[in-house]
Amino acid sequence: MAQFRLPKNSRISKGKHFASADGAGNVKTFRVYRFDPDSGENPRVDSYDIDLDQCGPMVLDALIKIKNEIDPTLTFRRSCREGICGSCAFNIDGTNTLACTTAIDEVKGDVKIYPLPHMPVIKDLVPDLTHFYAQYASIRPWIRTQSPAPPDKERLQSREDRAQMDGLYECILCACCSTSCPSYWWNGERYLGPAVLLQAYRWLVDSRDEATGERLDELEDPFRLYRCHTIMNCTRTCPKGLNPAKAIAEIKKMMLARRSL
Amino acid sequence: MATDNRPLSPHLQVYRPQLTSVLSISHRLTGVLLSLGLIPVVLWTLAVASGPEAYGALMNILGSVPGLVLLAAWTFALFFHLLNGIRHLFWDAGWLLDLRGAYASGWIALVLALVLTIAVWGGLA
Repeated sequence: MAQFRLPKNSRISKGKHFASADGAGNVKTFRVYRFDPDSGENPRVDSYDIDLDQCGPMVLDALIKIKNEIDPTLTFRRSCREGICGSCAFNIDGTNTLACTTAIDEVKGDVKIYPLPHMPVIKDLVPDLTHFYAQYASIRPWIRTQSPAPPDKERLQSREDRAQMDGLYECILCACCSTSCPSYWWNGERYLGPAVLLQAYRWLVDSRDEATGERLDELEDPFRLYRCHTIMNCTRTCPKGLNPAKAIAEIKKMMLARRSL
Repeated sequence: MATDNRPLSPHLQVYRPQLTSVLSISHRLTGVLLSLGLIPVVLWTLAVASGPEAYGALMNILGSVPGLVLLAAWTFALFFHLLNGIRHLFWDAGWLLDLRGAYASGWIALVLALVLTIAVWGGLA
């Protein structure tokens, strides 16, 4: 059953304010979710005034500036800073996206940064993605074949077959879509969620894969696939511009097509 | 490492309401509202069967200001649920699944439901 209120230990208390130095002209306030597992205290939201004239253009630049210059205890994941690793996925200004590809001036007013929604928080902006990754592993995201591999070459694809995977292979598994999905919030234990289902579809349409029926069998379940109610928060939020809602609908169509044969 | 005491990150509390999610939950809410709306429909048929006195009494209740407001809400719920249901049929067929299609059809369902509600009540008045 869906629980709409946050549990007692998760309710957010008032945090600290870090004012900018006098004379800073172009100031913007960043309100950042903080949780320290060692303190025994509830999460809080700290606010930091940043002089944008002394800061890079992206939200990630501001987070790094806060960590380097104001509060070294601030904890978050980041790596590539160019939208390909998927590490710095947060809830920024109310929607999930990558801090490294979101410009500060895209956000009106204070910049609010929370961890990906409805996830267990390890520290500050770092959620526990163990379950998400386990769900990804559960679809066995690798090529499954019956036929022996050609002895002298790789398993090749036509250009057309390869093009079937456009809009799917670009997924970086940042979990923005899955954690934007209310169905995943309420049923994430058993519903696979948009990211993993998009990946499942990526293998269903791969012409080299020979386990399509088996893969569909594994998804034929009231929860794993059919908890998608076409809310489309996933497609709205994907920082790579992909369309998980469409991929899920295509899986549902494949289910229907093979049943009516 | 203790993992059971981890707080849950905020979700409904921080996620921005947007057409995608608002229309989705509205579909469910109007569905519930329509189920409740069956109660006055049943009462109405009972009243018809019971004769003019019972019918008159029920009409007085439904004709009062709160009664009319509820009936108008039910009318809107009916049209919205119907139109958004058609939207779902399109989706099931694999159409309108890009953002543009979802937003355009969403606004159309919403505005058309309002227009039809106003048309029905305008026609009655």
